[in-house]
Amino acid sequence: MTISSQLSADGQELTITIQGRFDFNAHQAFRDAYQRADCTPKRYVIDLAGATYLDSSALGMLLLLRDHAGSDKADIRLINCNPDVRKVLSVSNFEQLFAIA
Amino acid sequence: MPRRLSILIAEDGAADRMLLAAIVGRQGHRVTTASNGAEAVRLFESERPQLVLMDALMPVMDGFEAARQIKQLAGNELVPIIFLTSLTEHEALVRCLEAGGDDFLAKPYNPVILEAKIQAMHRLRRLQATVLEQRDLIARRNQQLLDEQRAAKAIFDKVAHAGCLSAPNIRYRQSPRALFNGDLLLAAHAPAGRMFVLLGDFTGHGLPAAIGAMPLAETFYGMTAKGYSSGEILCELNAKLKLILPVEMFCCAALLDINLKQGMLRVWNGGLPDGYLLRAAEGERLPLRSRHLPLGVLDALQFDDSFETLPLAIGDRLLLMSDGVLESTSADDELFGEQRLLAVMDANTEPSALLDEIQAALHDFHGQILDDLSLVEVNMIEAEDAVAAQSPAVFPLGAPELRARDWSASFELRPSSLRQYNPLPMTMQLLLQISPLRHRAGTIYTVLTELYANALEHGVLLLDSSMKCDANGFANYYQERQRRLGELTEGSVSIELSVKSEETRGYLRIAVRDSGPGFDVQRALDQQYCAGCLGGRGLRMIRQMSERFYWEPDGKVLNVEFHWAAHA
Repeated sequence: MTISSQLSADGQELTITIQGRFDFNAHQAFRDAYQRADCTPKRYVIDLAGATYLDSSALGMLLLLRDHAGSDKADIRLINCNPDVRKVLSVSNFEQLFAIA
Repeated sequence: MPRRLSILIAEDGAADRMLLAAIVGRQGHRVTTASNGAEAVRLFESERPQLVLMDALMPVMDGFEAARQIKQLAGNELVPIIFLTSLTEHEALVRCLEAGGDDFLAKPYNPVILEAKIQAMHRLRRLQATVLEQRDLIARRNQQLLDEQRAAKAIFDKVAHAGCLSAPNIRYRQSPRALFNGDLLLAAHAPAGRMFVLLGDFTGHGLPAAIGAMPLAETFYGMTAKGYSSGEILCELNAKLKLILPVEMFCCAALLDINLKQGMLRVWNGGLPDGYLLRAAEGERLPLRSRHLPLGVLDALQFDDSFETLPLAIGDRLLLMSDGVLESTSADDELFGEQRLLAVMDANTEPSALLDEIQAALHDFHGQILDDLSLVEVNMIEAEDAVAAQSPAVFPLGAPELRARDWSASFELRPSSLRQYNPLPMTMQLLLQISPLRHRAGTIYTVLTELYANALEHGVLLLDSSMKCDANGFANYYQERQRRLGELTEGSVSIELSVKSEETRGYLRIAVRDSGPGFDVQRALDQQYCAGCLGGRGLRMIRQMSERFYWEPDGKVLNVEFHWAAHA
């Protein structure tokens, strides 16, 4: 599992990229990715193209990010979800909280 | 820092023995001496020295055998043995190590090397002792944790099993550690011939997951007994979990609200895998899909408590499971998955064996027993059978009172209250004050529910119960009910309670009036019995369950009386 983050040139959008299993072990790295001192983005993009697996603690981490980004005002997109990841997200009806593509 | 040790010297040569004892003694260690292997073993047993200097070749018992026996006696404790040897062949040195020796020292003895080796062995001793201490500590802590979990589970079971998990129409399989994997299964008889079943699955593992289960169970049982509706209970559970759980924790859950009397299922699934409705007729299989976010995610205002409504027939079965079933992986990292589950269900011929078959398939797939497995199956049976098996007296029986009573109370619900408020729990709380009626609380609740539903659905909302005659109409009926209720701007239902008693006899009268056009009660009662047409059935039930049932000629007010006479 590796997690990297990239802030857009205008500082408005933070893209967090997840490779491998997105589970409890990713907890600290994921938090660090959006709690960087140098950034206050308006939008977040979670790129799950490389994520092979997502468990319920990963869902919890997404909720933490949403809370951090302003709850109902949060603008978070989950992109490049593979079918397995999508299935986990849809059983929990997370499309009600996140834009999923 | 050099340490003083107690050291056993085993050496058959008297001169060598005295020389060595003098060197070691001068270095500050306490010395015991033996002149052969057998004596060394005996002294080891009585003196328990911390280190042994052992000659290899001795009479009676040689050093190799003595080393073996001492190592055995020492058990887990490290008692270093340094062989004293003039042997130089490699094979002999290997024998020393094989017998349990930790090092050797060649003759003639060099005091500096000897002391360095003694201290090095002492460091090893300390390391070993620390490892053992920590191992024992971990074992003790682990045992303590297991004991605590067992105790916590026993307490939790008292709460969780307060309900009717043992009812004849419920079968379930839960691994013993499921609670500490966040799974929770609750079931309760609700008033008016209903049964509520809740399967929950908290995120995370261990104690945090198990702790959330406690308030959930308490709220579920408390509110069910007080007569709250499944929707109200669900909203409360969500609000409570939202309040107490940290942001990243939530509870996937499904709630079944089974009306055994009317043959109706209301189901809400937020985040659990598909449940199934298995129809007895034609073997049809309907998925009960997750349509909501899990409990504890949304705040009260955003929470969606809309249920799906489906008709149920005798023999229909409902199946719920935690994601441990589908998401468990085999040794090759392969998921069990939905397809395998469906295959097991397709192959099933004996309904009562289904849970065992699913469990067996999981076991074959993983080669081991899973510890986060929860499966529950509920059968649709005759309401009477379910109630007969119900544990007696949900409400405590009070001694019959002789106090005279004479009071009445009435209240009217108008559109905004009709839309949102369920008056039945509050009404029941009031009626439960009347001790002679307490043991009939279930019956009174049923009658009250029927009267209120009749007034609201037919009187105010003008719904036609013949709509419910087939499965489609059934769902439409409840959708339509929801729609009309949402748009309601006029109409009212009023409930009047009168209680009168003298000495040991008394009665309760419930009068329910609605603002509708009134309807022909007698005709509804006379209607041919039709399994799906519930209007007539509800009224017949009221007549059977009460002492007196009468109505105003215009059909706008229905009166029901319950009588008592204390057998003092």
